[in-house]
Amino acid sequence: MRTALILLFLLAVGAIPGSILPQNVVSVDEVATYFREHPELAPWLDRFYLFDVFSSPWYAAIYLLLFVSLAGCVIPRALTHARAMGARPVRTPRHLGRMPYSARFTTGASPETVLERARGSLRGYRTERYGDSVASETGYLREAGNVLFHLALLGLLLALAAGSFFGYRGNMLVVEGDGFANTLPSYDAFYPGHWTDVDDLQPFTLHLDDFEATFIEEGDLRGQAASYVADMAYTEAPGAEEGRHRLEVNHPLTVDGVQVYLLGHGYAPEFTVRDADGEVVFDQAVPFLYRETASFTSDGVVKVPDTGGEQLGFVGVFLPTAADDGDGGLVSTFPGAEDPVVTLEGYRGDLGLVEPQSVYQLRTGGMEELGSSPALRIGDTWNLPDGAGSITFSGLSEYVSLQTNRDAARPFALGSAVTAVAGLLVTLFVRPRRVWVRATGDADGRTVVEVAGLGKTEVAGDNAAFHDITTRLAERLRGEDPEPRPTRPGSER
Amino acid sequence: MTYTLSAPANDAMASASDTLIIGMIVAYAAALFLFAIEAAYGRRTKLKAGRLMPVAAGSAESGAGDGIEVRVRTHEGEARASQSVLGRIALGVTAAGFLMSVAQIVTRGLAAERWPWGNMFEFIVALCLVAVAGLLFASLRFQARFLGAFVLVPVLLLLGIGVRWLYVEPGPLIPALHSYWVPIHVTALIVAGGAFMVSGAAGTTYLVSHRTEAKRSRGEEVTGIAGRLPSPELLDRISHRFILFAFPLWTFGIIAGAIWADEAWGRFWGWDPKEVWSFISWLIYAAYLHARATGGWRGPKATWINVLGFATVMFNFFAVNYVFSGLHSYA
Ligand code: HEM
Repeated sequence: MRTALILLFLLAVGAIPGSILPQNVVSVDEVATYFREHPELAPWLDRFYLFDVFSSPWYAAIYLLLFVSLAGCVIPRALTHARAMGARPVRTPRHLGRMPYSARFTTGASPETVLERARGSLRGYRTERYGDSVASETGYLREAGNVLFHLALLGLLLALAAGSFFGYRGNMLVVEGDGFANTLPSYDAFYPGHWTDVDDLQPFTLHLDDFEATFIEEGDLRGQAASYVADMAYTEAPGAEEGRHRLEVNHPLTVDGVQVYLLGHGYAPEFTVRDADGEVVFDQAVPFLYRETASFTSDGVVKVPDTGGEQLGFVGVFLPTAADDGDGGLVSTFPGAEDPVVTLEGYRGDLGLVEPQSVYQLRTGGMEELGSSPALRIGDTWNLPDGAGSITFSGLSEYVSLQTNRDAARPFALGSAVTAVAGLLVTLFVRPRRVWVRATGDADGRTVVEVAGLGKTEVAGDNAAFHDITTRLAERLRGEDPEPRPTRPGSER
Repeated sequence: MTYTLSAPANDAMASASDTLIIGMIVAYAAALFLFAIEAAYGRRTKLKAGRLMPVAAGSAESGAGDGIEVRVRTHEGEARASQSVLGRIALGVTAAGFLMSVAQIVTRGLAAERWPWGNMFEFIVALCLVAVAGLLFASLRFQARFLGAFVLVPVLLLLGIGVRWLYVEPGPLIPALHSYWVPIHVTALIVAGGAFMVSGAAGTTYLVSHRTEAKRSRGEEVTGIAGRLPSPELLDRISHRFILFAFPLWTFGIIAGAIWADEAWGRFWGWDPKEVWSFISWLIYAAYLHARATGGWRGPKATWINVLGFATVMFNFFAVNYVFSGLHSYA
């Protein structure tokens, strides 16, 4: 028990750095930021797995030790208990007066009657007659509950381990009108378990028909999000029948044993780029990332590699509801798209696409600036200088960021957790107690009744419960007493 | 769950709710004052045998005249507490404050047209409501009125912080909170948190009383409130009782949260700071229960673990909402 106590503390203390330092399980980006801001310290912390506390060897060592000691402690107890389940109550000790609770009184009823009535008073107790006494015991279930609780914790650990070894998690972004097929290359980020077969993912597909975000328009809370709804179509497997789902924050889609969640959303302005001859060389929606949620001012990059001539690149800022900021600039005052405006800065030259690069960043090193566009509203066109063509803000779509999660052990984890709670309740609220009643004749021909109680846990209230039994028994015997002693008036409890 | 796209639909309800907050703070402050006077100047009276009070030795306790002779081998023969009529008044005033608190939550719910615990301010008010309910229950059931002052101090502190720094107008919730899990998960944790608070208050009182007893046994004189507290055993039992209630509920609340997280965020456990700290509290209270079952750890050591547990609950509540970033920050 002392080992368990210390290990429980260690587990708690070990969890603290996991809440203070950014963790890879929570956000890889925050860890990267931390590395950038603390270039000296971060590698040291990393050496001690402090960015992966909950999957670190030292944390695993603590909980594995805890579970080893738990198994070593609980399994023998379970075996002992299994034998004890069928046992008879222990024999009445000789000196009942030494028990934590003891009481005695006399009655005119015969010892036989007393013991008979005693059995009746011991409701919920298993009783056994031993000579001039009755021994009784209750609360066998407590031990079983305790064992169940600890075993359920073991089960929970196993379920967690199974989930993280065989499951996977992935993130992707889908623009309205686009689809997604569940294969590794379709993901923006993918986190498989050690033994996940990534070449054999569940073959479902999704299609985002429409997304709608609504925001509070009036009052102090103007701009706070009110609801997000994504209308999706999905198929379980190629050729299967198409299903439909309204994906909302608390309403994930389950398809082929995989959960799909709505994590976030954003705007994807559509651009049409024409070359000097007016030929369309680019026409698509480009996802922009928001800076913060209050205004939804978003940043994005448009890359046009195939113009026939020099490559074009644009760095854009998107304002869903543009308003004058007072200094001649523009700001967004509302996250909903009430007056969407895009401003662009153009570049011409080499996008440097031979090397892998982020779609949200433009490498302007090998490029020449073309200047800034005016504020563009939907339908507006910016004619690029030097006959470089034109770019039109041709429409506005929204996109959703989704997460998929596959963890086949979830039901087992839930089952273990529920079992743990049930076992816990039994452990905490079933009180094992022993009560003995002995009845012996005394010199006056009356019967001396001795009642003794022993609580096996230190739960309060044992004495009160034992005393209840004594008074109940005395009460019953009063009816049997041929010559009841006078009771003083006003002595009712 | 319904919500509107405009600010408070019902201004009358909103302003009633704000008035009730002030009323309830005044009531609790008055009750605290009266409880403190009772504790300091009341007469030390023996408490009746009850659910937590031992049946004392001798026959008087069990309805005089039935001839039952009782012998009890516990350290504590009887429990005494400082009592006076002011304490009864204080209890009445606390009950009035409690009713105002209920009315406040109801009117706020009506004003915002939703379940009334959706932000920090509302969590605090609900937490205090539960703690005061725990106090009233303990007073009626366990004769534990002497806890009044100790429970009302943190209640008033929290309400003060809530009104002064965390107040927000009633309004709709962010989409992440549009779920029937709010009533289940959040309610379980609030009720457990309130019970932990009562337990922490009883535990702190226990530590003082335990020290008083130690001084007395060394022959030192103890004056003031510290000298008039009930016996440490009784306080310990009350404190344990509330943990027996709160710990399974906290466990359940964490599980309900995990199910909700599974629905809302795509994983049932993600080591978000809020999750980490509720796990830490859970471990510490489990350690408390183990400590009580471990020789040499009972008594003050176990109680310190209890107090530490409550500290982590509060830390989770404040620090994690304001200091750390995570999916759980609705501050
Ligand atoms: C995940 C870690 C654990 C948790 C959360 C946990 C929790 C609990 C709880 C809540 C109780 C009930 C306490 C009571 O009866 O008042 C308990 C009892 C007990 N635990 Fe654990 N436990 C853990 C690990 C262990 C380990 C590793 C051991 C073995 C060394 C252990 C041994 C026991 C024993 C023997 C009891 C019975 C105490 C009694 O009879 O009163 N536990 N545990």
